[in-house]
Amino acid sequence: MEEKKILYLDNAATTAVAPEVVEAMLPYFTEYYGNPSSIYGFAAKSKAAVDKAREVIANSLGAKPEEIYFTAGGSESDNWTLVAMAEAYKSKGKHIITSKIEHHAILHTCEYLEKNGYEVTYLDVDENGLVNPADVENAIRPDTILISIMYANNEIGTIEPIGEIGKIAKSHGVFLHTDAVQAYAHIPINVDEENIDLLSASGHKFHGPKGIGFLYIRKGIKMGSFIHGGAQERNRRAGTHNVPGIVGMAKAAELAMEHMKERMDKQIKVRDYFIEKVQKEIPYAKINGDLKKRLPNNINVCFRFIEGESMLIMLDMKGICASSGSACTSGSLDPSHVLLAIGLPHEIAHGSLRLTISEDTTIEDMDYVLGELKTIVERLRDMSPLYQDFVSKS
Amino acid sequence: MYSEKVMDHFSNPRNVGEIENASGVGTVGNAKCGDIMRIFLDIDDKTKIIKDVKFKTFGCGAAVATSSMATELVKGKTIYEALQVTNKAVMEALDGLPPVKVHCSLLAEEAIHAALWDYAEKNGIVIEGLEKPKNDISEGEEEEEY
Repeated sequence: MEEKKILYLDNAATTAVAPEVVEAMLPYFTEYYGNPSSIYGFAAKSKAAVDKAREVIANSLGAKPEEIYFTAGGSESDNWTLVAMAEAYKSKGKHIITSKIEHHAILHTCEYLEKNGYEVTYLDVDENGLVNPADVENAIRPDTILISIMYANNEIGTIEPIGEIGKIAKSHGVFLHTDAVQAYAHIPINVDEENIDLLSASGHKFHGPKGIGFLYIRKGIKMGSFIHGGAQERNRRAGTHNVPGIVGMAKAAELAMEHMKERMDKQIKVRDYFIEKVQKEIPYAKINGDLKKRLPNNINVCFRFIEGESMLIMLDMKGICASSGSACTSGSLDPSHVLLAIGLPHEIAHGSLRLTISEDTTIEDMDYVLGELKTIVERLRDMSPLYQDFVSKS
Repeated sequence: MYSEKVMDHFSNPRNVGEIENASGVGTVGNAKCGDIMRIFLDIDDKTKIIKDVKFKTFGCGAAVATSSMATELVKGKTIYEALQVTNKAVMEALDGLPPVKVHCSLLAEEAIHAALWDYAEKNGIVIEGLEKPKNDISEGEEEEEY
């Protein structure tokens, strides 16, 4: 077989660790391997590195260092928030507001809480995946303790009106959590300006290492631990610090913040170029998600009459790594809950393709993808009984 | 995830297409679950031999591969022999399928049965052992009007 070039367009799944990040991490494996909780001088280097990292992360959000808590990633941050907030504020009430398009780390934890006596309102979204702030306000009750709305959606890239929701939450005295796993270090976020009380993020989504993330908890929130044990993280998150991970994530955040604007502009150009081309050159293609309020790296498109997994395998044969919201890729019979929530019929949702670019993705790369995609879509449609029916009807 | 045989039948599917004025056509599965198979049979009325077979499939890699293999397995056989081609035979011929994809091979078996049923109905004959296919594409379609 010929040597094939890999074109990685699944950066919402995970990203390559930046070489500078690896370099920053290395000394903390073999040289400064001390446990930051230890008393001797040798461990001070590790402790200093963790403190420094906390400062970098805090600055990137307009937060204070003591409001940043290191976790093992986005899922832990989401689980911790929901479970611990539910526990901490149960005397006020047992009602939580979220949306239908959240990540499963939120949705499945909400289901868990429902089984334990909590009530959850799952807000609808519009056809572009936007939560309506007025719906949030209408859903607030005297016993509402938390609103959890993602900053940006992982599948369709839609950026939610968190600032507006924050204002509403604040005026009603309800805490606002946002799952910013896809948004943090990709687009600007400020916890004070947007009245965010809790925020989840994950290192490997922005060229940091896997297995490390953080939770921002606004000072004054009295929630307890999720991982019980030692006194790390001011008694709130037990477990020996993942020092290399923390250092790496902070380095990645630092790099991301340095030239965010330029990177966003560059990605938006490539993204919009491709979106326009697809709509022009492939018939019966529908772009999912808001065209403007959209993550710079996200492209999501449904091709009618074909199924996503087939498309992914054929793209893979051409060296293109992508993902889909089809049932076959989710391991269940239903396609993605996000695509269904924006009102797509099942058979169209099965034909979705998500491409998430990085800052290294070029127009030439996307021209290559478009060329291959045209052939693949045509081939699969030729094979599709749905397309046959459509053609014979029209 | 898939065997080499599955990948081969997915990349180079045999017997893709349609047969005009086919002796029997069967469509099974529904768009809701993401798999639809349609099989066309050209049957010699005298010998009852399947002279030609074609398929169209909307679905995942395994759905395409099982359609392709199922058509290969029934081609040149009599309708009675074709009825004996089970999903297990299709799976074995493909060197196995991942557990979540076993339903694709069932669908392929049902598609063959549905096409045979259509042939039997059109010709007013009874094929011993053939039951009316359960899956009907129209079920899925009606619910999709939103």
